[in-house]
Amino acid sequence: MADLTSDFAGIKSPNPFWVASGPPSNTAHQAHRAFEAGWGGVVWKTIGDPIVNVASRYSALNLGPVRMAGFNNIELISDRSPETNFREIAEVKKRWPHHAVIASLMVDTRDHWHEFVRRSADAGADGIELNFGCPHGMCERGMGSAVGQNPEVAEIIVGWVMEAATIPVIVKLTPNITNVVHAARAARKAGANAISLINTINSITNVNLDTLVPEPFVAGRSSHGGYCGPAVKPIALNMVHSCAADPQVNLPISGIGGIGTWRDAAEFVALGASTLQVCTAIMHYGFRIVEDMADGLSAYLDSKGMRSLADLRGRAVDHVGDWKTLDLNYKRVARIDHEKCIGCNLCYIACEDGAHQCIDLVDSTPYGLGPGRVPGKPVPLVRESDCVGCNLCSIVCPVDGCITMTPVDSGKPPMTWEQYQGRLAAGTMHPLPAHP
Amino acid sequence: MPIQPLVDAATATAALADIKPPLSPQEARVEAARCLYCFDAPCIMACPTGIDIPAFIKKIAVDNVTGAARTILEANVLGASCARVCPTQVLCEGACVMLDLEKEPIQIGRLQRHATDHVAARGIQVLHAPAVKSGKRVAVIGAGPAGLGCAAELARLGHAVTVFDRKPAGGGLNTYGIAYYKMKPEVSLDEVRMIERLGVEFRTGVEVGRDVQAADLERDYDAIFLGIGLGGANRLGIPGEDLPEVIDALDFIEWIHTRPLADVPVGRRVAVLGCGNTAIDAVTQALRLGAERATIVYRRGREDMSAYDFEYELAKSDGAHFLFHAAPVEVVGESGHVAGLRLARTESRDGRVTSVPGSEWVEPVDLVLKAVGQEKQAALLQRIFPGLAIDSRGRVEHDPQTMRTSLPKVFAGGDCTSGGREVVNAVAEGKKAARGIHRHLAGDTVSGPVQASRLGVAGPPSGSGFDRPIRVHELEAALHKG
Repeated sequence: MADLTSDFAGIKSPNPFWVASGPPSNTAHQAHRAFEAGWGGVVWKTIGDPIVNVASRYSALNLGPVRMAGFNNIELISDRSPETNFREIAEVKKRWPHHAVIASLMVDTRDHWHEFVRRSADAGADGIELNFGCPHGMCERGMGSAVGQNPEVAEIIVGWVMEAATIPVIVKLTPNITNVVHAARAARKAGANAISLINTINSITNVNLDTLVPEPFVAGRSSHGGYCGPAVKPIALNMVHSCAADPQVNLPISGIGGIGTWRDAAEFVALGASTLQVCTAIMHYGFRIVEDMADGLSAYLDSKGMRSLADLRGRAVDHVGDWKTLDLNYKRVARIDHEKCIGCNLCYIACEDGAHQCIDLVDSTPYGLGPGRVPGKPVPLVRESDCVGCNLCSIVCPVDGCITMTPVDSGKPPMTWEQYQGRLAAGTMHPLPAHP
Repeated sequence: MPIQPLVDAATATAALADIKPPLSPQEARVEAARCLYCFDAPCIMACPTGIDIPAFIKKIAVDNVTGAARTILEANVLGASCARVCPTQVLCEGACVMLDLEKEPIQIGRLQRHATDHVAARGIQVLHAPAVKSGKRVAVIGAGPAGLGCAAELARLGHAVTVFDRKPAGGGLNTYGIAYYKMKPEVSLDEVRMIERLGVEFRTGVEVGRDVQAADLERDYDAIFLGIGLGGANRLGIPGEDLPEVIDALDFIEWIHTRPLADVPVGRRVAVLGCGNTAIDAVTQALRLGAERATIVYRRGREDMSAYDFEYELAKSDGAHFLFHAAPVEVVGESGHVAGLRLARTESRDGRVTSVPGSEWVEPVDLVLKAVGQEKQAALLQRIFPGLAIDSRGRVEHDPQTMRTSLPKVFAGGDCTSGGREVVNAVAEGKKAARGIHRHLAGDTVSGPVQASRLGVAGPPSGSGFDRPIRVHELEAALHKG
């Protein structure tokens, strides 16, 4: 069994799976249940001056039978007193000394930050996470994403925190920013020990077409909220990669955003994350999901001959780079397995109307019939000479393994856009002809 | 006329192909995605072995199929055979919340087969015995589902286990007595090998009481588990019963499992006596092997039969005839072979069934299969273990919590304690007995592991359906009668 133990900027936990700061990490009761279920750490729901919440608070994007493909909330930070939160953190640490408890904090003034940082350490927290990301409510009061969106302000506040910090400090970044790397660099410059990302994304999930008020409905009005859940994973993966690939950031990364399965977790680790934070999937299914996340990740590492998370961490980072670094002469084409084809023709119409017009519907005689096919009904056939290898047909095909994107030899050596531009400038090459 | 094989190998193989074929990986993933992943799910409560069904289905959905198999096999070591032979309609699938929502339950049995096939096909051993052994030795008598359930659990708790069985191969009825279209014997033999790899020793072809004496076992082992099941078919007590074509239905099914399919003799006109699930298995397989007419003869009415409704429907769709309110009076012989079955009409009065005088007639048949219930082995047990308490219905008396019998180091489970239930019940009782034995071996100071699938639910810490199963069909029967 692969070793899943984690040392994240000095914060040790039996595995990399942490409950993210949010509704599931609001109380000691929940932290106990999380650790009993197998979580390695809990990032406490953000502590600050107590706030007042509204009803209702959540809404979701459901896609067909899939509920909570995306999730949105307008709940603020903890509505419990700092005294209660710090007392409960101390209780939880007493019972779970080898698990990680991280205090998420959000306050305003320098003195206030100093006070809350000290109280976190006094309570026995293993680390502090600075909530610079909450995109609703708190930002209107100059906190949360209002800080995270301004690298200069973020740097100042991280500096205040570091003045008082005796335990590792993680800066949680907002995705509601043009380039997250600037905020990450600011955290690094101010001396933070790690970063975590992403916080939620500004969103309105839907509008009730009878009341014309979006959910969550609050007395005839709504507000934009923070979007999360499986739908945001691609955005989070990109931002995690950006930070992992930037030499000026060079900080341990706690990945957050749409993680619900061991596969999600493995992908974040491959793109540079060291720990994984989960909230929405717990809100959907409960703390029990960690069992499969740990089991599946461990089985995956074993199957690849990796002995620990370190063997996987960042392994995909160098496989992603600027577009200009990609090989212009690489060619792959779609191949359709006519034994598996069920005759839906979604590949045909997607290519014809949505892409590059290189699938024909042809006489089926030489190709046989797929299951359930009408005899004589035309079958889709890729014109490989015209196929640009875009993937669209293989993405819309509902049958596993029916359309395979197959590399073909273009007969040309690799050449990137950068190299192409260089050769044009040097006059060693004629411009490539435009696509007809 | 002696009976003969009636169909060629290809016809027999096609006719006895799996009625529930395996799911493709894509089908499995789509079906798994339908599962709501209920918490404290009714399906778990309906499973006698308490498999955490939503957890294993979730693992299939996220492509951790080996992990899914582990979840299944840790709770039920015979998960592969139960996936095929469990009456899921009245257990897990009968309890599925999707029955209310979409009228179609999640296909739990087929998903379970998908996961267990995955590890069986790849030779992945998901269960392990601890490296540190207890030093205790346990003898398990009977390599059927109860014995295997007990042996595997004991091995996983660190004890040395030897299983004795008089048959040449382990698996019991799973290897020899399940309808061939539900499960092939290889599945059961694979399970036996998986349990062997846990360190369990199998001594097959050895009959306790004949080849090995019980006293020796009591001397050499720290505990004994009895999982000997039931005996042969009950006697009919009518003339002609000893003609060569009057056969136990289970023996007929065993032929199908131990001979090439093209060599299994079957009558052209077959009568099956009895109306339980074994009778259904016999009549459907006789028809699939080429019988021209096969009739189930039952002395009561359809509403009284013990076969499940879906088994009755299967037999009907296979073309079986049903003769209710009729009882065999004599097997009519001709030149030493079965030529017919003399029957009488019956009527029920106050629950008693009597033959109607003067109503007799002869049905021409050339094979009679007896499925009128199996004998209890009370006499055999008391010969082997003098002093073993047997109840008035021939079942081994036992403590329902620990499965301990009247003899302090002898435990029991399966059909010899229940009188005859499903494979999954036998596995669960074997597992429960293993925990009872574990407790006994540790000086009655420890209890076995508790299955935690109800973690956090208010109420007694009872674990899953293993400790407190619900029975959907019993529940429904009560509702219908109430």
